[in-house]
Amino acid sequence: MEVVDQEGRTLTFSVGPQHPGSGHFRLIVKVDGDYIVDAKPDPGYVHRGAEKMSEERTYIQNIPHLERPVIIDSSGILFPYVLAVEELLGVEAPSRAQYIRIIMAELNRIISHTYWLSIYGIFLGHSTMFMWPMGDRELFIDLAESIGGTRVTFSYFVPGGVRNDLPQGFKERALKTCDYFEKRLKEYDRIFFSNPMFLKRTRGVGVLKREDAIKIGATGPNLRASGVLSDTRKDEPYSSYDTIKWEIPVRKEGDAYARAMVRFQELFDSLDIIGQALNLIPDGPVKIPMRGQIKGKVGESFARTEAARGTMFYHIISDGATHPYRVKISVPSFRNLSAIPFLLKGNHLADMPAIYWGLDYWPVEADK
Amino acid sequence: MDTFEEFLKRVITIAFWVLLLGPIIILPIILLVLPPLGVQVEVANRLLTALIDPFAMLRLVDSLGIGPSSLFFKIAVFPGFTFAALFSTAVILYERKLLAKMQNRVGPQYAGKFEGILQPIAELFKLMFKEILTPERTDKPFFWAVPFLAIAVGGALLALIPLSPEIYIAKSEIGLVIIFAILSFTPLIVLIAGWASANKFSFIGGLRALHLLISYEIPLILSALGVVMLSGSLDLMKIVQAQANIWFIVPQFVGAGVFFVTMLAELERIPFDLAEADSEIVAGWYTEYSGMHFGALQLANYIKLYGLTLLFTLLFLGGWNGPAILPPLVWLFIKLFIVISFVLALRGTNTRVRIDQLIKLGWVYLIFLAFANLFIALTVASLGIV
Repeated sequence: MEVVDQEGRTLTFSVGPQHPGSGHFRLIVKVDGDYIVDAKPDPGYVHRGAEKMSEERTYIQNIPHLERPVIIDSSGILFPYVLAVEELLGVEAPSRAQYIRIIMAELNRIISHTYWLSIYGIFLGHSTMFMWPMGDRELFIDLAESIGGTRVTFSYFVPGGVRNDLPQGFKERALKTCDYFEKRLKEYDRIFFSNPMFLKRTRGVGVLKREDAIKIGATGPNLRASGVLSDTRKDEPYSSYDTIKWEIPVRKEGDAYARAMVRFQELFDSLDIIGQALNLIPDGPVKIPMRGQIKGKVGESFARTEAARGTMFYHIISDGATHPYRVKISVPSFRNLSAIPFLLKGNHLADMPAIYWGLDYWPVEADK
Repeated sequence: MDTFEEFLKRVITIAFWVLLLGPIIILPIILLVLPPLGVQVEVANRLLTALIDPFAMLRLVDSLGIGPSSLFFKIAVFPGFTFAALFSTAVILYERKLLAKMQNRVGPQYAGKFEGILQPIAELFKLMFKEILTPERTDKPFFWAVPFLAIAVGGALLALIPLSPEIYIAKSEIGLVIIFAILSFTPLIVLIAGWASANKFSFIGGLRALHLLISYEIPLILSALGVVMLSGSLDLMKIVQAQANIWFIVPQFVGAGVFFVTMLAELERIPFDLAEADSEIVAGWYTEYSGMHFGALQLANYIKLYGLTLLFTLLFLGGWNGPAILPPLVWLFIKLFIVISFVLALRGTNTRVRIDQLIKLGWVYLIFLAFANLFIALTVASLGIV
């Protein structure tokens, strides 16, 4: 619906930073009755200067703090960093390490998507959909913990491979968990994704058309929900992703329902990818031995991967020292941020949670 | 700020003086001053005995006119307010346990020896000891009146709903009309709360409650009208008596469905809790209420839940009618338990509807169904089936 900003008819209020429906993030919303006339995002509450901090630390020291912006997808944000550093060093991770990285990245995608799903459920008032994914998420956190040692911030990827090998009996455990979770996903479908109430709340809500999505620069599942076939894992295969076969879920509608279904489908796909990677994984070393401080050659490097929220991009400039000269992170959340005011305008106030969290905007990631 | 030690010291001091002055001043008054003034000595003795003897206390209370058979007792204790409040706390516990089981959780576990059975009591004490904050720019008289009004409306609802032919508070030929009149107070209270809170989220919540009203009120009354046609009375007693052979849910299943849906809207429960939708407008019109104010509003809501599910049971499920193997009151509460379970379970399986969808639902589907139900009722009544 077209809305006009008329003087004296509107009410302005802040959603966030202290609001159950926002993250560490503020949205200044102007409503006329039940319609949103204007919405201004105000990010920056959790800026920690991750890029500047990276210039003061060595390549290895950078690893733990660079994954802080998205701790629920910590491998996703670290993946391009190690790839870019490897490019600077002129090395490539051993084949086994590449597959382990795939497994870890997909585990993290599941952890991130289930977190998104549970918050999406409670934002729409569906408390069971809050509890179920949160509970099942623990299984994957346990799996990832058995590899990386901690629950969410693993610091597991290092330049030249991964920190340690998979634990004994990991394959059996992982396959068992994946089987179980696949059954649970069908239950999710029955109670939430096929629920007529859910369809009513999300179908045709916040439509992001194909051309708008490209113009705004949306990325990841949001872009794929608008009918653009774009996935860095397929477009520019990295880390042996080209040996794995799966279909990228794409939907044409571009509404909140499509965005939810794309993410839901990606959960199935991630389970599939983990299964394939566990079968393809070769024996061998998991890390290239390196002595002393890592020093990149003078120059710059780029790396692009597909994190849970979309394309994650790193640009590292090195002047030959033990510290990087400049690290630029381009995060998917910041690009999806532009879609929030665009989609909110003219919609119902009650559609705000469905649109805002449907985009899976993660304030900490955007602020870095 | 007081430290806890100072607080304890004060309490002990007060207790000391009360214990000291009590026997010195109060007992002589009872025993020495009252008898010459015409009060019988027996009363003073009875007062003291009643303190330790429950039967004496019962006789004493009876003689004051507030015994178990008096109107005061009916209103205040059973089947009135205290019973409803206790029932509500039980419902709160049941709701939490039921939802927990639906969601693969355990629910309240630690308060009380068995399955967290004392959790509602613990939460009541928590709320009682919390500070009641009144924001500076609120309209204070109205802001403070709302919790009391909400409880008054919830309680007034119970006055006209009988539990059995013997257990009732007030009897009226037009009981059903009065109940609907009382129910239509609720949006007014919500609007007052929303306006007096001086909070934008409360205000939006109050307006949403008004939208709720215009969409559910008419179908709610229309759906109950079918029952009135079949039974030929507005008196709940007679409505229940008319269901001795067949429950009205059989000929009136459409009406029962409409009544159930609109009842959820009246209670502001999921899927119709948009007046307090937390992800959009914080807590809606509850936003500025804290401490026991909030507790009172919650209590009022659950008392209303009790009242309306009870009404549903009486109108459509035959009330206390049932085979004679169990007493009528037991039948009533078995039916009530089933209805409440349905109401609570919906919270675990549904998302919230949007305001425009609700208005469409009310004005397009529910009103149509309610009218269709009236024709069913007319047909059934004219054919003499019921």
